[in-house]
Amino acid sequence: MSPKGRPEGESVPKRLSAKGSPVSAPACGTVAAPRTAASYKSSYKPIWCPGCGDFSVLSSVTKALAQLDLPPERVAVVSGIGCSSRIPAYTACYGFHGVHGRSLAAATGLKVARPDLTVLVTGGDGDGYSIGGNHFLHACRRNVDLTYVVMDNHVYGMTKGQPSPTTEPDWDSKLAPGGTGLRVFHPLVVALASGANFVARGFAGDPNGTARIIAEAIRHPGFSFVEVLSPCVTFRPEQRQWKGAVRPAPVDPTDDAATAARRVMSDDGFNIGILYAGDRPAYRGYPQPARATPADLEAEFEL
Amino acid sequence: MSSDVKPGAVPPAEDRSVSIALAGSGGSGVMTAGSLLLAAAAEAGFYGLMVRTSGPQIRGGEAAALIRVSPDAIETLDDAFDALVAIDWGNVHRFADEIPLAPSGVMVGDPAEGEPPDVYRARGTRYCPVTMKALAKGIAGAWPNMIALGLAGALIGLPRTALHTAAQQSLRKSQTLEANLAAIDAGFAAAIDIGSAGRLGVPRARTGARWLISGNEAAGAGAIRGGVRFVAAYPITPATEMLEWLSPALARVGGALLQAEDELASVNMIIGASYGGVPSLTATAGPGLALMTEGIGLAVAAEVPIVVVDVMRGGPSTGIPAKSEQSDLSFAVAGLHGDAPRLVLAPTSIADCLPTTQWAVELAEALQSPAIVLSDQFMGQSRAVIDGPPESAVAGKRLVADANAPDYKRYRDTDSGVSPMAVPGTPGTVYTADGLSHTEAGIPSSSARDHLLQLDKRARKLARHDYGCRWADLEGDGNAAVITFGSTTAAVREALARAAAQGVHARLVALRLLAPLRRDALAEALAGVERVLVVEQNHSGQLLRHLRAEFDLPARQSSFRRPGPLPLRPGELADAIVAWRTAP
Repeated sequence: MSPKGRPEGESVPKRLSAKGSPVSAPACGTVAAPRTAASYKSSYKPIWCPGCGDFSVLSSVTKALAQLDLPPERVAVVSGIGCSSRIPAYTACYGFHGVHGRSLAAATGLKVARPDLTVLVTGGDGDGYSIGGNHFLHACRRNVDLTYVVMDNHVYGMTKGQPSPTTEPDWDSKLAPGGTGLRVFHPLVVALASGANFVARGFAGDPNGTARIIAEAIRHPGFSFVEVLSPCVTFRPEQRQWKGAVRPAPVDPTDDAATAARRVMSDDGFNIGILYAGDRPAYRGYPQPARATPADLEAEFEL
Repeated sequence: MSSDVKPGAVPPAEDRSVSIALAGSGGSGVMTAGSLLLAAAAEAGFYGLMVRTSGPQIRGGEAAALIRVSPDAIETLDDAFDALVAIDWGNVHRFADEIPLAPSGVMVGDPAEGEPPDVYRARGTRYCPVTMKALAKGIAGAWPNMIALGLAGALIGLPRTALHTAAQQSLRKSQTLEANLAAIDAGFAAAIDIGSAGRLGVPRARTGARWLISGNEAAGAGAIRGGVRFVAAYPITPATEMLEWLSPALARVGGALLQAEDELASVNMIIGASYGGVPSLTATAGPGLALMTEGIGLAVAAEVPIVVVDVMRGGPSTGIPAKSEQSDLSFAVAGLHGDAPRLVLAPTSIADCLPTTQWAVELAEALQSPAIVLSDQFMGQSRAVIDGPPESAVAGKRLVADANAPDYKRYRDTDSGVSPMAVPGTPGTVYTADGLSHTEAGIPSSSARDHLLQLDKRARKLARHDYGCRWADLEGDGNAAVITFGSTTAAVREALARAAAQGVHARLVALRLLAPLRRDALAEALAGVERVLVVEQNHSGQLLRHLRAEFDLPARQSSFRRPGPLPLRPGELADAIVAWRTAP
């Protein structure tokens, strides 16, 4: 399934990432071996449970990088803590596996200090929406050129089954018997309200469609947010039913955040595709060429 | 006392320096007048220190500039003030503890603003009314604080030309310059009837360049000298001025400062940037350091160099945000979970904020480790005239992996404990930096062998490094030693000089590298020492406890400590040193 069966990127304005690595055009008459998804995979075996949606998202990430033909060493994959946050070591890119909830902060520092790198951030719903929620808001606002892929399974899997911000209010668990009774967090609306420049929803059961979305998210300048429904078959076996619930979003992406927000507020959470592709001004605080030396600065203290 | 001094002998520091406080309501211009007085003192060839103090209000409220001027470099306030000039009395009584007036001193106030508060009168200090506002009104466009500046300058014995030069440099674009020069003259003339306060010595012939700088600015300049080109931080008193200086400064040297959403973000942002190969730093105060500790532990485990400057203030919790205290020491040396070796340094003066922060950056880079720099509010927010710091030799830089290094392992177990760090973008050395216990290749591992290997590696790289002779300032001799750190060093140094004038001698050990503690070097510094006095500005004796935990101190140990907000003063320390040395 591809988003609305549309050829990739057709109705989305195609922009080269201003500050990212050059997005190579397909090689024309050169003899270099083309990179494939395998070029971006490490030999390290994932720790995930059999049937976990994250296997498929990992494959979407490597396929997206192959589509963009980025040199693996020019890409950094940054994560926090959780099942899905294990992804960096499973890629052949530079990886950063930090502490819980702070992946966006680490990635922001990396991208601002090293704008020449392509920086991808991966993680789960607990990492991104609960402990890292504040960083999510401000990463959207700041609009640094990052791509944030959240594998949302509505549960804390690594700690064995506690409710996350996207867990349904009546989901029973040891920690919250009878359910939390709390309203679910709506990451796409929050991202739109906070200023993300690209908002999409993918599904782990559609690795090729998700790969195309991720590739487009990387191409799009500014902060791109991709929420991927990624079933946890161990603690949420009922999520196997998501396969029958998802559908391509029945509308084209919009560049109007209010329109996009109305749509995602009123859909059932299973519309898949690029939902918003905006044109907000990019972050302005990247380093510029030096115009003074440290000695020049110090001279100003002299009496 | 100076009348007793024999011709040719140099009188002690307290008899050559003069201390004056300028006070008034917020908005009365006391800080401007104080800054100009310090600049004028520098212009006249003196050294000086200006401590800013204010009430809890954000704007308005009461404010005071506490200034000490001397022919010698000084970085501590004196025991008492020779003069107080109050533009008005507003809530100036709240500063009574911070502005102890010498009974022999003088207190100048505007009679139109009421009488001096009883807390000042009670000390018996002479009161001299001067109608500052009326004098200013008589000169079109003049400000009362410039009358106060002229008064203050004359009282402490600065030449009128130096006051003019300072005002001209500051107000050269202002249409009120001429009026305010006249106001300075009017204030200067009004002081003739009062006489002088204190006895300012004669300035020495100038040698090298001198700077006017705050500790926060000096730490920022040291960071840039050390190579820092990325800073992420969250505003917090009393560290904010360092960030405000760094923001445009970094932009000019090709770096960037990012205002983070909180301290959890700022520490992780600098870890991310440093992982990217760019030396990085954040600045904060105690509450921010507390929030950063998980991130600092990540920098330990993933071996990412970062520098965290903690401009200490009264704690715990919100504490006393705009007042100094040395109470984050225990937290800095011990406050991380797990076995987490880290560098902790402390500048020993405002001037030393520059080289010590630079050293912290270079050590962090060379050892791929977090470094915490313990500055404090006193150093950070005070301004001093200092000798321009010389160029300092580079003490270390990051060991970087070559492209396509054969059999590259990020966390390889080397003899030194330091292993080459690959910079993202480099082909053939791809790895994942990890806070999980890991193998030499960086793959997560919970095996006992891998865990121990990496714990040993990280402990070894800090323990085996050659830190040279900068770990402490060592002065004097004798069989007793005073041990201190940070901003109390200047007060201890002056107290030791006063004690020496009474024939009582002791060594000074001012620690600059607090962790890892240089046990062998400290043992050498304390060879022959039978008793130690540990001086610090906190409630629980954190330095004494740190030393006792890490080192076998001589059995006879004494502690002089007091929490903030009031500074430790040289006179009380001199008394304590004499009593301690002469005790059986």
